[in-house]
Amino acid sequence: MKKLMLGNEAIARGAYEAGVKVATAYPGTPSTEITEFIATYDEIFSEWSPNEKVALEVAIGASFAGGRAICSMKHVGLNVAADPLFTVSYTGVNGGLVICVADDPGMHSSQNEQDSRHYAKAAKIPMLEPSDSQECKDFIKKALELSEEFDTPFIIRLTTRISHSQSLVELGERVEIPLKPYSKDIGKYVMMPAMARKRHVVVEERMERLASYAEETELNRIEWGSNTEIGVITSGICYQYSKEAFGDVSYLKLGMVHPLPEQLISEFASKVKTLYVIEELDPFIEEFLNKKGITCIGKEKLPIVGEYSASLIRKAILGTDEDTTALQENVPVRPPVLCPGCPHRGVFYTLRKNKLTVSGDIGCYTLGSMSPLEAMDTCVCMGASIGVAHGMEKALGKEDHRKGVAVIGDSTFIHSGITGLIDIVYNKGTSTVIILDNSITGMTGHQPNPATGYTIKGEKTRQIDLLKLCNAIGIDRVRVCDPFNLDEFDKVVKEEIAADEPSVIIAQRPCALLKTVKYEGSVKVNEEKCKYCKVCMRLGCPAIVDTGEDIHINEALCVGCELCLEVCKFNALEKVGGSNE
Amino acid sequence: MSNVSIMIAGVGGQGTLLTSRVLGTAAVKAGYDVKVSEVHGMAQRGGSVITYVKIGENVNSPVIEKGEADILLCFEKLEALRWLEYAKKDGAIVVNDQRIDPMPVIIGREKYPDDIISKIKANRSNVFTIDALETAKELGNIRALNIVMVGFLANKTDIRREIWYEAIRETVKAKFLDLNLKAFDEGYKMAESYSN
Repeated sequence: MKKLMLGNEAIARGAYEAGVKVATAYPGTPSTEITEFIATYDEIFSEWSPNEKVALEVAIGASFAGGRAICSMKHVGLNVAADPLFTVSYTGVNGGLVICVADDPGMHSSQNEQDSRHYAKAAKIPMLEPSDSQECKDFIKKALELSEEFDTPFIIRLTTRISHSQSLVELGERVEIPLKPYSKDIGKYVMMPAMARKRHVVVEERMERLASYAEETELNRIEWGSNTEIGVITSGICYQYSKEAFGDVSYLKLGMVHPLPEQLISEFASKVKTLYVIEELDPFIEEFLNKKGITCIGKEKLPIVGEYSASLIRKAILGTDEDTTALQENVPVRPPVLCPGCPHRGVFYTLRKNKLTVSGDIGCYTLGSMSPLEAMDTCVCMGASIGVAHGMEKALGKEDHRKGVAVIGDSTFIHSGITGLIDIVYNKGTSTVIILDNSITGMTGHQPNPATGYTIKGEKTRQIDLLKLCNAIGIDRVRVCDPFNLDEFDKVVKEEIAADEPSVIIAQRPCALLKTVKYEGSVKVNEEKCKYCKVCMRLGCPAIVDTGEDIHINEALCVGCELCLEVCKFNALEKVGGSNE
Repeated sequence: MSNVSIMIAGVGGQGTLLTSRVLGTAAVKAGYDVKVSEVHGMAQRGGSVITYVKIGENVNSPVIEKGEADILLCFEKLEALRWLEYAKKDGAIVVNDQRIDPMPVIIGREKYPDDIISKIKANRSNVFTIDALETAKELGNIRALNIVMVGFLANKTDIRREIWYEAIRETVKAKFLDLNLKAFDEGYKMAESYSN
């Protein structure tokens, strides 16, 4: 039976069919759905881990114990998991172990555009790269088998257009793979210098065997076209773009991008007149060819930045340009915005009002940096808000940093904010950290996390008490406050930034998109009272519209959260409908 | 049917992802190769959202580029204007005549363009304007507007109506099935009686 599946869903299906026992992940676009789909299979234990490092460690444990395991993350998550990654390369596996990493060329939903293929090379781990959903399923199964055969973890590299495109997949049955027996072997599983020195030799030998394997595997294939004037070496989604751009020329399609097959590439190169390497982001394959003295055309004609497409390749290489008719019209941009009813709005309104320097973090709330809220100054990576605030304080001095706070979501705080907060306590900082506790991981589409009290399968579990946690690491000033109570929240912020010790404000109000959140009715403008002072516009609520002559509420968008009622000094905004009436 | 590229443009929250899945599923059931591409993340947060559905004997790239769309299905007027150049010159452009202001317009920094529909019609010959929002309202749930759009589009394809029903049955939540089947029929009817 054939089914239309997202690349991510096909990965999940492949893991299911291949008898995977344990699947771990921290959510991150575009990788999230892999583990969401896996969670629908009861045969596999799945979890949202607190971060990618823990996720990989859990998967490593499952593999050591003899079960097949898969761990998924976005490209920046692999940075977090890099520590165990580099050493699991040395230990190797027992049950098959596959790490799925989803890159985001074009940065549809990411803070950088890094190319994860470098990790495969640096950590000496083989890497496969599928080109459609069918290959996603086939490659994960293959990778699990090869992982056991070569005693190495495998990485599967995805990109946004593979993860989030649907194509047809032939479904198979699950095969139960019995646990491989675990036997104590400190030479293999305890990596300290004496053992690791021996294992490094094993790793290098393994990479040589894998390089030989790369020459003969069906994962790499030559497709001779009727035309050998042009040869294209490519992989992943770029294979699809190339096929569409070049048509009937010759291709070397690489399913295995590390290690690369030198002889196969040389043979292919020798039989074509002009050789192109088509790869998004860095010249990973191209540099290999350069090193081997094989002439090719790649980044001299194609960009290193952004996503590719068939027309981009046609234009850059074949010089053809599509004739399109653009309207000469100014079309206002439509950036994403904080939703109507979003609890973060009250926080950012207050921070902006107090003219604070805000070190921010990764999540929906990064949108608080945008106009008109404009209440965020920095955003680097998961958890960075807290360390950045502490560093600013240490550089500026305590008194000059009185106007600075860190802002971090509940899930991000658990991910890697806690250690930053411990640093503030330990190294005598006085920063104020605001935890935006909206009871969910919002940006990636509502995944539960350790602070929500539910597992990936929706089962109830012990809920981390953020207040007690902060107390336990030495923060005595912890305030819990509703960010929609603007007067109170403003007072709390002022008090805490003035304090001569570190403090945490837990801004508690659930995400407006949660099913349990029920606002009612909507707001309307009392035109007699409205002075058109536009203070309500500072909230950046998409339901409040400045027509140029007056203020108007878009009732289709307004959820009736009533935050705007608090900012209007003239009581010109009134609630209509709902049970309060 | 030769290769058909359908591009769906809308605003986050309007249900464009579900639309692309219904279209993709129907095309598979009709025996075609299909690729559907979507970008997640910003879809719920009111941003501009586009998805692609490519149907044919053999589909490579999942992405539709400028001048390639046979059909541009637009859930909002400004989005129609934004993505217009992605439609082929003779491509069909179906626009839901709804206005949703983006943030620069809401805060008064920019102006929502006037007369979008007539500007599009001046540029293209094959334009259909419908009020799917009103139809969805009449059916009692504005969220059904996406399937009204599907119904309209379905009428322009050679995929049988029963196949569309099956695709909807497989794709939407059981709770909303009746609503969506009605929405499809309304859209389909709208296309039959459509006159410029």
